[in-house]
This record gives sequence, structure tokens and C-alpha cells, in this order.
Amino acid sequence: MKYLVCIKHVPDTETKVAVHADGNRLDPQAVNKWGASPYDEYALEQALRFREAAGEGEVVAVCAGPQACQATLRTMLATGADRAVLIEHEALESAESLTRAKALAAVVAKEQPDMVLLGKYGVGTDEGSTGPMLAELLEWPHVAAISSLELDGPAFTAARAVEGAVEIHEGSLPAVFTCEKGLNEPRLPSLRGIMQSKKKPIETLSPGDLDLDDPSSTDPKLRWDAFALPPARPDGRIIEGDAETAAKQLVRLLHEEAKVL
Amino acid sequence: MSTTTKATPDAVDFYDVRGLLDEEERQIQDATARFVDERVLPIIADAFDEHRFPSELIRELADLGLLGCNLEGYECAGLNNVAYGLVCQELERGDSGLRSFVSVQGSLCMWPIHTYGSEEQKQRWLPGMARGEIIGCFGLTEPDGGSDPGTMRTRAVRDGDDWILNGAKMWITNGTIADLAVVWADSEEGVLGFVVEKGTPGYTARDILKKYSLRASITSELFFDGVRVPEANRLPGAKGLGAPLSCLTQARYGITWGAIGAAIACYTEALDFTAKRRLFGRTLAETQTIQRRLADMARRITTARLLSLQLGRLKDEGTMHHSQVSLAKWNNVRAALDIARDARDILGAGGISIEFVSIRHMLNLESVITYEGTETIHELSVGRELTGHGAF
Repeated sequence: MKYLVCIKHVPDTETKVAVHADGNRLDPQAVNKWGASPYDEYALEQALRFREAAGEGEVVAVCAGPQACQATLRTMLATGADRAVLIEHEALESAESLTRAKALAAVVAKEQPDMVLLGKYGVGTDEGSTGPMLAELLEWPHVAAISSLELDGPAFTAARAVEGAVEIHEGSLPAVFTCEKGLNEPRLPSLRGIMQSKKKPIETLSPGDLDLDDPSSTDPKLRWDAFALPPARPDGRIIEGDAETAAKQLVRLLHEEAKVL
Repeated sequence: MSTTTKATPDAVDFYDVRGLLDEEERQIQDATARFVDERVLPIIADAFDEHRFPSELIRELADLGLLGCNLEGYECAGLNNVAYGLVCQELERGDSGLRSFVSVQGSLCMWPIHTYGSEEQKQRWLPGMARGEIIGCFGLTEPDGGSDPGTMRTRAVRDGDDWILNGAKMWITNGTIADLAVVWADSEEGVLGFVVEKGTPGYTARDILKKYSLRASITSELFFDGVRVPEANRLPGAKGLGAPLSCLTQARYGITWGAIGAAIACYTEALDFTAKRRLFGRTLAETQTIQRRLADMARRITTARLLSLQLGRLKDEGTMHHSQVSLAKWNNVRAALDIARDARDILGAGGISIEFVSIRHMLNLESVITYEGTETIHELSVGRELTGHGAF
């Protein structure tokens, strides 16, 4: 069985971000730490567990982005992926979901995996559209934001939490799954894994190698017009007076100003 | 000549020392840092408070490959010494006790078996130690003073194919949980090293309780009362006091890095606190006295980082001298202790609470500045190199 795990290279969630001078994207130079989107770690862990339970199989990590994605893919190899593919282009760093999904679909066509796993969304943009788009392009079934996944030969049973209930989806491979927190407990890369990862290959492909359009010249279906950092948090306000007056005042402010009551 | 404007230096890594690391070293640091953030920091304050070694972490330390990680073969990760140093730095950013556990297991127990042991001994113990299934302790220091190990009173006397050990060792990390002890004893052939296994008749260990430092680590006394140790458990390559001292050089090397981690933990806590705490209508960070103190911390952390990095590069080249380790241990642990104390002070009354990390690190560093050679011993070690005169 071959498992393809799509990894999005994103700023670390602890890092401070800045808006690029163009005003419509983050400034990658201002980000001092990058890594895999945390939800993608559940996807990788699930693939590794399937491979380990079966005692055979191959886990391929795929990333669409700039050259800097190499380090993120290297971490995936250190965590246990067998090899990696990078579709390398600067414009893929901030590309919209469809461009990204098309690039990943081209790798799926080349690799012919039995299943594709992704995080439920890439943190930062939080759209969750690449996985479903990828499934549509491939004409494969997909289940988004899964909380469990079981295999029985080519048949799968996937669960996903919805408002107050759990949906159970049954189908057959090949299929695309996007992974929710809680699907598993992702392992950390071990030092031995880091040392061994040096020997594992990262295949670098250009969009042209995959017969894709130049991602910087394609007409995007989705465009970001402006990026802005959230406004600085205003100073807290201290309500004076005895408990009764202060409580009344607090309730009034929560109702009239904060509009949370 | 062209000049380029550079981004503001990072407050924690002012000289971008991380930029001097290769990708693999950075990955190893990040992997260890993540382990510390996710697994150690949530539990370590309580472990310290309860005077408990978090032995539940041993399995995870082993799975990550942190035990004996700079050794080659025998299921060890085979890292270079800079990467090993970064592991120590991140672990001690968590707690000195945890780093001590890893130093003792790797540098003081696995290293001498790897360096002075026979092939049979290496096969017998090292893989299990890398897997965390066999825990080691290192018995050199004795109750009557640690700085002069040459006068050790523990004796080994040959008896047929065996050796009989008599004596006591003190301040032994991991003593009561250890499955084996690397024990140094004087003999007619000079100082010899033995691997004494748990359960050997006459070998007992007892914990030293009520410590106010390294509370999340086990510290013990070892007793040897006519302990019969087979020749097969003697480390054949170890002859003379130089052998145990060479183990200390390995462990001290890691301590030079570890101290940086403890210092960073305290410094970042002080940095965060002073940015938020308002007194007299402004934050503490806006005052000259606080800025001078923070700047001094940044200066000393930056110096320590560069010192350890170059030390590691020398170690990887095979040219590191033990007096260079002494200088870095002296400088870096002194810096860390001063930073921890100053951070504790800056935090005000809250700084005495275990809710803040600084007091825990400060108390731990009182041990770190004492063990593996006191500050004075390291000054004298450097002094001997400068003058050619040993003045211990």
C-alpha cells in the first residue's frame, strides 16, 4: 500500500508574522521558523501507523512550495516517511488552494498512491479547501476532518464529528482524507530518524516537470486583496465602585459595548 | 563596500548562533525543544515540588534517541558533539535534573563502557542503556570531599579471577534506580573502573533526601561491603585516575551547553515579565536599571553560546583540551547562576513561587556549579595550563 501525505509548509504557530510590502500576503522573510502545519502531523502519523500495522508499504510526503520546504520535508522523513517529493516554486508559497490542489493532483497521478492524507486545513489560512479540491480533481471519494479511520482491505470506514453527532462514512480506496486533531497522537522525530533522514531522497520537481502552468502566471480563482494584522488590544478597563454597582456596570458594558450578553 | 540593513537581532539569540548550525543540528535542537515544551515543562515544576524524578520520561527520552546520543553504534544515534550539546541545552531549559539524568546515563556511564570496555561489555550493556532499559550511575565522588578524587578510599583487591570492592560513594545521580554502577576504586594497579550490577551481594544504595536543589533528580549514596565483582566486569581500557577524569570531561562538556538552556529559561521569563509589569506608570522594561540587567543577561548568554559552539567544533575535530572545557563550564554555569538569581529578583515576590521557573533553575544551578568540578577547581585547571604549575 502506498500512502501519500500532503504537507503544507507554514509559519510556526508561535512565530511573529508581518505583512509583506505588497500588502496582500505575509512577508516570508519576517518569519523565523517554519514547519509542517500541525494538522498534517496527524495525517503523517496515520500513514505511519497503517504502514507499521501492515508491516509493509510506503509513505511519501509531498509539499508544494518554495525551496525552504526542504527542511519541513526533512522533518517528515525524520519522523518516519520513506521519501519525499517537493513541487518547487516560489509562487506556491502563497498560492490559492486550487493551484495547490492541481500541483498535488499531478503528483498523485505520477505516484498512484492508494490513499492521500492531509491535515484538515493549513494553519494560517484555515480554509480546508485543498483536500476536497484534490479529491474532486482526482474524482476520488473524500472524507474531511476525520476523527478515526479503519481499513479492511480496500474498504474504509471513516468517522467525522459534526455538530453533536458523529458521521460514519464507508467507501473504498483510493480516497482522500483530511485529518482532525485527536485522530491519533503524533510522534516526534527521533534523533536516529533525523540521522537516517539524510539518506532518504527528496525528489524536487518543477511545475513544468508535471505539465503544470507556471503558478506565478495562472489566473487565480481566489485572490487576497489585503492582509492586516489584528488591531492592538486596547488597555483593560477597571470598573470602580462597590460590588453591586460594579456588577451592574459590568453587565451593562458586556451587553451594550462588547455585545456578548 | 555595500551595507545591508539587517533585521533586529533576536532577543534570545542575539548573534544568530543558530545560523552557524547545519540543518541537521537545527533539526535535532528543534526535536528536543519540542519534547521539552510538550512533555517536560507541563510536569516538571510539580515533580520538583514533590521531590520526585519523573521516571515516566525515561521511555520517551530513549525513544527519541537522547541516551548516549553522541556515541557510534550499539543502537546509539551517533550525533556530532555540537548536536549533543544542543540536546543538553534544550533539556536543561526544562530542568537541570533531567539533563543530569541524560548526562550521567550517556557521558558518565555509556561513554566509559564505549571507550574503555571490551567488545563483549559494549554488546552486553550499551544497546539496553540506549533503549533506557538499563539505567546507569557513576561512582567516583566519596563522602570525604569530591575535588580530590586521587585520595579515594574505595579499594579493589584481586581475589582469584574476581575483585573485592570495599568503600562508599556519595552524591551519585540515579544511584537507587540504577541497574549498574560504573565504580572507580583504587588498587595495587592504580585506579580501576568496574561495572557493578544491581543485586550484587554487598552493594547497596540509599537516597539523599531533603535536597533543596535538583529535586526532580535522584541523588544517592552507594555502599560496597566486600562486593565480589568478576574480572569480566572490569573495564579493561581504564587505568589510572585519568580514566574517570576523562568521563567528567565528557559530562562537563554537556553541562557547558546545559547551563545556557537554564539561563535562557530564566532570561526569557524576566523579559516577558518586565514587558508586562507596570510600576510608576510605565513597564519595568522601560526603565534603565531593568534594561541594564536584561542587556547583561543577553551579553552573557551570547558569550556562553559562542563559547560552547566553538568548544563543540574543537571536540568534533578531536582537538578539544580538558582545560578548555573547564573554562566554559566555569563561565557558563556562573553566568547561568547569576542570571537565574537576577531573574528571580526581577520577578519580585512572585519570583519565590514555583509558578515561575527562575527559582527552580536558580536552586538547581547551585548543584550544577558545584558538581563536575567546582568553580575554583576549574579556575585552577585553567591556571595550571597558563602557568605550568598545578596549584590545587
